[in-house]
Amino acid sequence: MPDYYLLHLRMKIVVVENLVKRFGPVTAVDGISFNVEENSIFGFLGPNGAGKTTTISILCTLLEPTSGKAFLNGHDCSSESSAVRKSIGIVFQDSSLDKDLTARENLMFHAQLYNVAKQERRERVGDALSFAGLQDRADDLVKKFSGGMKRRLEVARGLIHKPKVLFLDEPTLGLDPQSRSNLWEFITELPRRHNVTIFMTTHYMEEAEVCDRIAIIDKGKIIASGTPQGLKKLIGGDVIYLKSTDNGRAIATLREKFGIEASEKEDEIFMSTPRGDSSIPSIIRELGESVLSVRMQRPTLNDVFLKLTGKEIREENHSSGSDVKESVRSYRRRHDRG
Amino acid sequence: MIEANAVYVIIAREFKKFIREKTRLVSTIARPLVWLFLVGGGMSRLVPAGGGVSYMQFIFPGILGMTILFSSIFSSISIIWDKEFGFMKEILVAPISRFSIVVGKAMSGMVLSTLQAGIILAFFPVLGLKIGLAAVIGILLVSAVLAFAISSLGIVLASFYDSYESFSVIMNFIVMPMFFLSGAMYPVKLMPPVLRFFTRVNPLTYGIDAIKHLSLPAAAGTMGADFPLLLDLSVIVAASIVLVTIGGKSFERKG
Repeated sequence: MPDYYLLHLRMKIVVVENLVKRFGPVTAVDGISFNVEENSIFGFLGPNGAGKTTTISILCTLLEPTSGKAFLNGHDCSSESSAVRKSIGIVFQDSSLDKDLTARENLMFHAQLYNVAKQERRERVGDALSFAGLQDRADDLVKKFSGGMKRRLEVARGLIHKPKVLFLDEPTLGLDPQSRSNLWEFITELPRRHNVTIFMTTHYMEEAEVCDRIAIIDKGKIIASGTPQGLKKLIGGDVIYLKSTDNGRAIATLREKFGIEASEKEDEIFMSTPRGDSSIPSIIRELGESVLSVRMQRPTLNDVFLKLTGKEIREENHSSGSDVKESVRSYRRRHDRG
Repeated sequence: MIEANAVYVIIAREFKKFIREKTRLVSTIARPLVWLFLVGGGMSRLVPAGGGVSYMQFIFPGILGMTILFSSIFSSISIIWDKEFGFMKEILVAPISRFSIVVGKAMSGMVLSTLQAGIILAFFPVLGLKIGLAAVIGILLVSAVLAFAISSLGIVLASFYDSYESFSVIMNFIVMPMFFLSGAMYPVKLMPPVLRFFTRVNPLTYGIDAIKHLSLPAAAGTMGADFPLLLDLSVIVAASIVLVTIGGKSFERKG
């Protein structure tokens, strides 16, 4: 058994076992376990306040777990923090660049902080600048950069010391659609070009499609995990959205006549069927005049989340998630002044 | 454990930002000069010269102390800015010890403050003071140790706050009282006993007193130094060690 355990640790770049983190009365992470394959893209999905950033903070050695274990590159995240920190690069949700320094100075600072050998520093900084597409802006102050440029610079900075795992916490938050898709192109190339594992969080479900594996987290617990295709199979086919004059009666009819379990959400009912295109005509025939509108779509990860939790992932302002985040923040303000 | 590369790069960053911010440089130099020439100049009409020194000469060591106090605290308080604007995270996740960060920040404060104290010190001939080269070097060394101690104190203070609104609290309730209770503007000997107690637990008092020894060696009576030079030096060295240790501890807490 111990041999198997060690082998397990060596094979996976990130191993998390029964991890719990409480902030006073609030349980931000509630006994989660998962692992990540080397050189893959792993997506941690969930609404705001689900526990994504707390988990990343523990893996990055910034927080001590309440209980449970986390290993990164074979090192224990709470007892071997220095070894863990050498193996990781991080792009935080909020920018952690020094806006009063130039792009090149920010990168040089990072290279020196991570003790990159003097003769290699210049070259690696130059590579990072060209990788981020910022060669001609290298000596401009970062405060003059756009959101997308800053984010690319941060990703490039996180790679300077050749980490094994690069954490991206909501990397596209606050970017316009154009910069978002540019950044994704840039990110999906990383494992191949830099031999690095990507560990990312997002609450944009459609962005998680690029991941090799996904874990969906809600209220501190992992509620599903697998490949994007595998997760979408949970839906069992296509998703049909339908509006009718009497949704309650429509749901009952669908159950009786077709054996379909439909649910209602914001005066629309949704259901999944193996073949949407052929079910729609018979459904309309059965429901008759009461149908107001029908649309069908291939399942998205958002549908998976909707099916598993009964709510949309983006309902951030109404979900309990943002309350958790706020209480964690105020708890930390009181107790964790370091 | 202290990583030299981390300490060096933290100092280099602060230095680079300092020389880039011209307004900060001008204001940190202007403040002590305003106090020296406007307050000192005005007060010297009221306070007669005594013990062989004029009032302006008397407050000169205190003005050097003020330069060091303000620039050291300001340098350390930049930790709050770094937390607010996120840069601190970049430093905290790096493979360096918390103590290296604290030593790096304290030494940044030391380098920048000593530099500014040196600029103010260059005004001594204007005041009619005669300070030899050995004494100038001595004053700069005392300034460096004092700046290290006060920067470390600033780090301890900064660890209690994570937003810059707290800056005015620190300025009004810690920095200004420290300045007035340091023997900078009036001799410690003349203070009422209650205030004298606060003066005695203030490390700035001993730094300024050591500079009085070195810049006004001939001053006698109330205008002269209050404590033996050896005591002054021991206190500021001890304060540096104690405060940087507390600073290190205050930085190591994790949630």
